Amino acid sequence: MRRAFCAGKILADMGADVIKIERPGGDPGRRLGPYYHDQPEAEKSLYWAAYNTNKRGITLDIETTTGRTLFKRLAEGADIVIESFEPGYLDRLGLGYPELEKLNGGLILVSITPFGQTGPYVDEGYRSSDLVLWAMSGFMYPNGDPDRAPNQLTFPQAYLHGGAEAAVAALTALYARAGTGEGQLVDVSILESLHTSTQLMMPTWDMYGDVIPRGSAKRGIRRPDGSVIHIQSTYECADGLFLVTIGGGSLKSFALSSAALVDWIDEEGMAGDLKGYDWSQFNYQSLTQAELDHMQQDIIGPFIKKHTKAELYEGCIARKILGCPYQDSRDVAESPQLAARDFFVRVEHPELNDTLTYCGPFIQLSETPLNEWRRAPLIGEDNVAVYEEELGLSREQLSSLRRAGVI
Amino acid sequence: MQKQWPFEGLKVLDFTSGAVGPLTVRYLADHGATAVHVESRLRPDVCRTAGPFKDRIPDLDRSAWQPNYNASKFGLTLNMELPRARAIAWKLIEWCDVLAEGYTPGVMARWGMDYESVRQVKPEIIYFSTCQQGQYGPHADFRGYGNHAAAVAGMNHLMGWPDREPAAVFGAYTDFISPRFSAAAVIAALDFRRRTGKGQYIDLSQFEAGVTFLAPVIMDYTVNGRVQTRDGNRVPDAAPHNAYRCQGADRWVAMAVHRDDEWEAFCAAVGDPSLSNDARFQTLLGRKQHEAELDELVEGWTSTRSPEEVVRVMQSAGIAAGLVANEHDVWEDPQMKHREHFKTLEHNVIGPHTYDGVAFKLSKSPQGPRWAGPTLGQHIGEVCSEFLGMSEDEIAECLVEGVFE
Repeated sequence: MRRAFCAGKILADMGADVIKIERPGGDPGRRLGPYYHDQPEAEKSLYWAAYNTNKRGITLDIETTTGRTLFKRLAEGADIVIESFEPGYLDRLGLGYPELEKLNGGLILVSITPFGQTGPYVDEGYRSSDLVLWAMSGFMYPNGDPDRAPNQLTFPQAYLHGGAEAAVAALTALYARAGTGEGQLVDVSILESLHTSTQLMMPTWDMYGDVIPRGSAKRGIRRPDGSVIHIQSTYECADGLFLVTIGGGSLKSFALSSAALVDWIDEEGMAGDLKGYDWSQFNYQSLTQAELDHMQQDIIGPFIKKHTKAELYEGCIARKILGCPYQDSRDVAESPQLAARDFFVRVEHPELNDTLTYCGPFIQLSETPLNEWRRAPLIGEDNVAVYEEELGLSREQLSSLRRAGVI
Repeated sequence: MQKQWPFEGLKVLDFTSGAVGPLTVRYLADHGATAVHVESRLRPDVCRTAGPFKDRIPDLDRSAWQPNYNASKFGLTLNMELPRARAIAWKLIEWCDVLAEGYTPGVMARWGMDYESVRQVKPEIIYFSTCQQGQYGPHADFRGYGNHAAAVAGMNHLMGWPDREPAAVFGAYTDFISPRFSAAAVIAALDFRRRTGKGQYIDLSQFEAGVTFLAPVIMDYTVNGRVQTRDGNRVPDAAPHNAYRCQGADRWVAMAVHRDDEWEAFCAAVGDPSLSNDARFQTLLGRKQHEAELDELVEGWTSTRSPEEVVRVMQSAGIAAGLVANEHDVWEDPQMKHREHFKTLEHNVIGPHTYDGVAFKLSKSPQGPRWAGPTLGQHIGEVCSEFLGMSEDEIAECLVEGVFE
C-alpha cells in the first residue's frame, strides 16, 4: 500500500519465497510510473517492476470473511508477514498479531508505518506522504538552495528507507526466533528510519545547539563566532559538473587529497600560489571567505573547467583525490564499474515479448549470490499455484472465489 | 526470566570506520551481539577527527559523531603495523563469527588478513567488506565518502530545481542507505551458515546500494531511453505538492494534495471560495498545468500563518501536511518523544549525551543502544583478558611495546 515494497524485495532477491498479496484488480503501487514504453497500464509500471522482483503474486480481499480465512491459512505457514496498513487496520479485521500469534507462534509480523504503531500522531490520525515524512524527519530542511524552498529528491525516498529498514528488522526477529522459538511483532517507523540518516544534524544540535543551514553546491558552515563560511564543492567542468571537496587540518584524508589535487594542477602549470600549500594547516575556522574563494575560483575552478568528467574521474581515482562527476541515469547505466561487476541484469518479460535491463544485486555474496532474477508477478499470476497446490483448494473453489471477488 | 537478546552469543570483529561499516555492525551490537571495534590512534576514524566536539574542544574522544555510530560496541586499539598487534587480531579472528572491514581494497591483504587467508584458518567465517565502489572493477580504487557516492549514483542530479544546478544531497547520503542492505545480507548469511555450516564473503559497493534506491529512474533510461532530471518538489500525481513558506525565519510546511476531494477539503479549510471556484484548479490535470500559480496562491495563504497553525488546519481537514523540521523541531516532536527515539547514554569523556535509538521496535526482544560508543581503547582490558584469555603480563608487555596505539 505505502510503497514499502523494498522490504519484501530484499528478502526475495536473497532467495526467500515472498508472496505479494494484492487486492483483487491489483495493488495501487502499480499506478506508479515510469511505465514500460510510457504506456500507463497496471502491468507496465517500472516502479512496481523494480521493487517486486522475485516475488510471487496472488490476489485476495481480506475485507471479506472468506478472504480473512484464506489469509489466516497463509499466515499459518509463513515465517514472516509484512504489512503497511494503518495501525489498527489488521486488528479490526481480526488479523492482528494477537490472532495470528495463536495460529502460528513463530510468526514474525512486520508493520511498516509512517510514525509507528503508537503515539500522538497515530491517535490523531495524522495524514502523511513521502514528502511530508521527509520533511518531518528533518531531512528536508538542509537540502536545496538557501533562497528557495527546501527539497526532497525528485524520486521520493522515504518509503524506501522504511522498507529497507524493515528488511533488517524482519531478519533480526528471525534470528531471535532461532534462539527463543518465538515470533514477535516488529514495528517499523519510517519517520525514525529517516531521522537516523540525517548524519550531523542530531549531534550538531546536541553539542552546539545549532541547526545546520540549508545549502547546496555552496554549503555554508557555521563557525563558533556565528559567521558562516561557504564551501564550494561543485565545479563546472568541460562537459558537466564535478564534485571536489578540499580540506585538511585534522581531516587527514582531505589533506592528502587536496595536496594531490594541487600537484596535478601544478603539472599543468596552473597551481599559482597554492603550490606547496601546507594542507595540514588548512582550517575553515580561521580562513577568510576571500582566501577560500581565491583557492576555489581562481585556481581549482579554471583547472576543472579545462577537463572532461571522464578525464577528471579517472585522474582522481589514479591520484587518490576525493573527486567524482555528477552522474545522471545514463552515466550510471553506462558505468564501466557497474558493467565489470555485472550489476545490471537482463530479466525476461514473456508477455511483453521483451527483456528489460534491471538494477541487479544490491550486494555480492560469494556462497549465496543474488543471481536469480524473475520479473514481478502479474496480477494474480500465482493464484493457482498458491491456492490449489499449496492450500489444497479445488479448481471449482477457485472459480467461486474469483466470481465472488475474493481473489 | 531475563529476556534473550536477538544476537546473544554472536561475536563480531569490526575493523570499519566512517558510517557504513559501523552502522551495519551497530544493528547487530544494539541487539545483543558482542562486537569489538578495532581502531588505531595512528590512523584515527574520520568521525573522530570531525566535530561536533564536546565543549568545542577537538579531541579524538570528544566528537559526538563516532560514539553514535559505534554504540553498544567494545573498543580496542591496535597498531596493525606491529606483528604482535596482528597476532592479537588473529586471535580475534579465531574468536569471532563475523568480520567486518571497510578499508580501501588491498589493505587487509597487506596484513595477510584478506578473505582467502582467513578462510584457510576459519572457513565458517562471515567476512564482510564495504567500500565506495566494490572490491573489484576499474573503479575499485575510487576514494570518497557517501557524498561522493551520492553524486556518482545520480542522486545529486535529482535534487534541486530544474532552472538551476543540482543541489548536493545533504550529508554522506549513501552511507545511510547502504547499512540496511549490508546488515540484511550479513544476517541472511548467518542464517545460511546455521543451516549449512558454510561461511562466505560479502562485498558491498555503496554506489550499487545507492543506485538501488533509484532503480525505477535507472530503468526509465534502460527501458525508455529517458534521462530523468530534478523537478523541485513536484511529483506527477499530486498538486499542491511542495514546501510552503510560513511566518518566521526559514519556516516551511510540506503539503501533499493528491485527490480531488483532498483539494476540495483544502479549499474549505482555507475558506477562500475564489479558490474552490477557480476552474483552473478543479482537476488534478488543471492543478498540474497551473502548478506555479497554484503554489503562489497556497504560499500566499501559508506565509501569513505560523507553520504550527498551517499543519493544524491541514491535518484537521485530512490533508497530509508536516513541518519542515530542523533538528530542534525533531527533538520537540511529540511523536519522537513518545517513541523515545533519542537515548541519553553516559560516555567516558563526553558525559551524558544523546544517541539515536533503533528505528524499529521488537515486541518481545530487548533492544539497545546498550551503551555509548567507546573511547579509543576503552576496553583493551576486557577484550584481551576476558575475550582472548591473555594474561595480565602479556597485556602489560603489549602496552609497553605500543601494540595498543
